[in-house]
Amino acid sequence: MAVGIKPNIQLAAESGIPVNRGIIVNDYLETGIQNVYAVGECAEHREMVYGLVAPLYEQGKVLAERISGMEGNPYQGSVLSTQLKVSGVEVFSAGKIIEDSETKTIKVFDDWKGTYKKVLIQEGRIAGAVLFGDTSEGRKLLGLINKDADVSEYTERAESEQSAIGLAASMPNEEIVCGCNGVTKGAIVGAIEAQGLTSFEQVKGCTNASRSCGGCKALVTDLLEVTLGDEFSAANQQEAICSCTTLSRDEVVKEIREKELTHTREVMNVLGWKTDNGCSKCKPALKYYLGMIHPATYEDERESRFVNERLHANIQKDGTYSVVPRMYGGVTNAADLRKIADVADKYNVPLIKVTGGQRIDLLGVEKEDLPSMWADLDMPSGYAYGKTLRTVKTCVGENFCRFGTQDSIGMGIAMEKKFERLNTPHKVKMAVSACPRNCAESAIKDIGVVGVEGAWEIYIGGNGGTHLRAADLLCKVKTSDEVLEITGAYIQYYRENAAYLERTSVWVERVGLDHIKSTLADKQNRTRLNQRLDKALSVLTDPWKETINSETIQKELYQTVRVPAASKY
Amino acid sequence: MNKTFERIKVATMTELPKNLGKTVLIGSQEIALFHLDSGEIRAIENRCPHKGGVLAQGMVSGDYIFRPMHDWKISVLDGKVQAPDTGCVRTFKVEIENNEVYVLL
Repeated sequence: MAVGIKPNIQLAAESGIPVNRGIIVNDYLETGIQNVYAVGECAEHREMVYGLVAPLYEQGKVLAERISGMEGNPYQGSVLSTQLKVSGVEVFSAGKIIEDSETKTIKVFDDWKGTYKKVLIQEGRIAGAVLFGDTSEGRKLLGLINKDADVSEYTERAESEQSAIGLAASMPNEEIVCGCNGVTKGAIVGAIEAQGLTSFEQVKGCTNASRSCGGCKALVTDLLEVTLGDEFSAANQQEAICSCTTLSRDEVVKEIREKELTHTREVMNVLGWKTDNGCSKCKPALKYYLGMIHPATYEDERESRFVNERLHANIQKDGTYSVVPRMYGGVTNAADLRKIADVADKYNVPLIKVTGGQRIDLLGVEKEDLPSMWADLDMPSGYAYGKTLRTVKTCVGENFCRFGTQDSIGMGIAMEKKFERLNTPHKVKMAVSACPRNCAESAIKDIGVVGVEGAWEIYIGGNGGTHLRAADLLCKVKTSDEVLEITGAYIQYYRENAAYLERTSVWVERVGLDHIKSTLADKQNRTRLNQRLDKALSVLTDPWKETINSETIQKELYQTVRVPAASKY
Repeated sequence: MNKTFERIKVATMTELPKNLGKTVLIGSQEIALFHLDSGEIRAIENRCPHKGGVLAQGMVSGDYIFRPMHDWKISVLDGKVQAPDTGCVRTFKVEIENNEVYVLL
C-alpha cells in the first residue's frame, strides 16, 4: 500500500535550489538561493514535509512578515493534527500519539458508546491526543498541545465546560475554526462584530468559514450565538435561500404558487430580490421550484442551469467532459458495447471507466465533440450529471443467481424507465436487490428495493456519500406494480417538499420517517401524488437527441470560435 | 508606453445568446466572451486564477459570472474576483461595429 503525496521539486532542482525530499527552507522559508522562498507541500523544513493545509497557513504568515520586512517569529514547525471520518467513525489525532517511557496517558474507553480517548502527557504537559468516535474535544486539545499547556489546564477545563457554547466561548482567538480555509475564531468574531452579521450564511459569505466541507458549521453557529448573546435568533439561522433575499424556501414556493409566478426574473422582481439578476444559488433553485410547480408550462431557462445540466455532460477539472450513456438497470449487450468501443476509438477517449452506478463513463471528451459523439452512440443520456434520477443499480436476480428471490433486473429497468429524466431537488440514486444480501447496495440509496420471498421491501433515505446513512424501511409490498406506485408517490412528495439541493437522507431526517409513512399510507394521497408525477414525466424528452437535432443548440452551446492569431480586420 | 492592439473579429451579435458565455480561441489564447443582460459584450481570459478551470461555461448574473468549478464570483467588467475570494482575471477590450464583435488583443 502506498499513501500520500510527493513534492514536485523538479523545477527547483533544475534551477539549482537545494532540495532533499522537498525544497529545503530555513526558519524564514528561505531556500538556498536569495529571494526565492517556498511554502506548503513542496517545502521541507527541519527535515519535515507537511501534506496538510494548516502548516501552510502558519508558514505563509511567517513568510509574509519576512517579505514585508516585519520583525516576526521564525517558523518552528507545525504540530500536526488531523480530523477525519474513517468508515463513518470520527477520528482525531494531534501531536505525539505513540506512548513511550517518558509519557503518561489519560485513557477513556467506552465500549458501549464506541468512543476512545487518549491524551499523552510529557513532563506534565499535554503533548498529543487521539480521539475515536467522538472528536468534539479535538479543537480544545489541539489548542492545548500547541501552547504546550500544563496538564492541569486540561483536567480542570474538562470539568468546568460541558456545553458546546462554553467550548466556543473558551476557544482562544488564534485557534483555527475552519481547517479547509484557515479561518480563525478571531476572524469570525471580528467579522460578526465589525459587519453586524446575524446569520450563519452571512458569516460563511464574509469569512469563507465552512464554505468547503461544512464540517465546522455547528461551531460557527455557536460562535455567532456567543458573540451576539441575546441578539442571536435561532429563527434567523434557517432563513433565506441565498443572500439575494430574506425569504426561505417554503415562503418562496408559497409565493410562486399564490401569485402564479412563471419565470425566475419575475420571482426576483415580485418578491423584492436584493440583486437584479440573482446568483448561482437562487437561480437554479428558482428554476427547480418553477419547473416543479408548473411542469407543463414552465419554459426552461438554460442560463439558470449549472454547466453540467446546461451541456448535459459532466465538466472535468481540465475543461473536458465525460459522457455516460443510459444503460437501464446496468444491463448492456454486445452490440452496445461494440458501439461504445467504436466511439471511444473514433474520438480518442483517454479514459473509459465503469462507474459506481454500474454504467460506462467515457472521460476526457472535448466540448465540441459531444453532439457528434452522442449521435454516433445513438443511446439516451445517462443523466450522470443532473439533479435527477442517476441510475438504478441492480443485482443479477432470480434468473441466474441461486439466492435470488425476485427479478431485480426487471424491477430496476421498470423503475429507471419510469423515473428517468425527472427533475428532483438533488440527485436521486436507486437500487434493486433480489435478496437481503443486497449486492446492489439498496440500503444506502435514496430509494432501495430489496426482494424477499414473495414480496419487495422498500427502503428510503439511504446515502453512501458525504452524509452516510442507512436507509429506513418504508413498507413491504407484494407486486412490482405496488413498488412503482409507492416509490412514485414518495419521489413526488420529496420533489414537492424538499429544499433545492437537499438529499433525501437529510430530508427524511428533517421531516421524520413517521410523517412520510403516514402521508403515503393514505391511498388518496398516493393517487394524487402519482397524478402530478405523471404530468411532470410526460413532458420530458432526451436532451442528447434534442441537441443532435438542433443546429442552433450545437452552435450556441458547444462550438468554440477559432480565429488564427495573425488574422486582422 | 503605447501598446498597439490587434483587432480581431470573433463573432456576430446574433451568434451570442444573452446570459451565456462563448469559448473563443485566438491562436493559442483562450477567451471567454459573454453577452450580458445589459446587451454589452465582455471578454475575459478563459482561465480562472484559482485552479485554471474554464470560465466560459460559468453562470452569468448581471455583470458577474459564477465559475463552474468552485463557484467563485468574478466581475466580467474588470476581471476582479469578488470577496471573500481574491484574485484577478485578465480582461480584453471589445468593440462592436455593424453587429460584428471584435476583440482587441
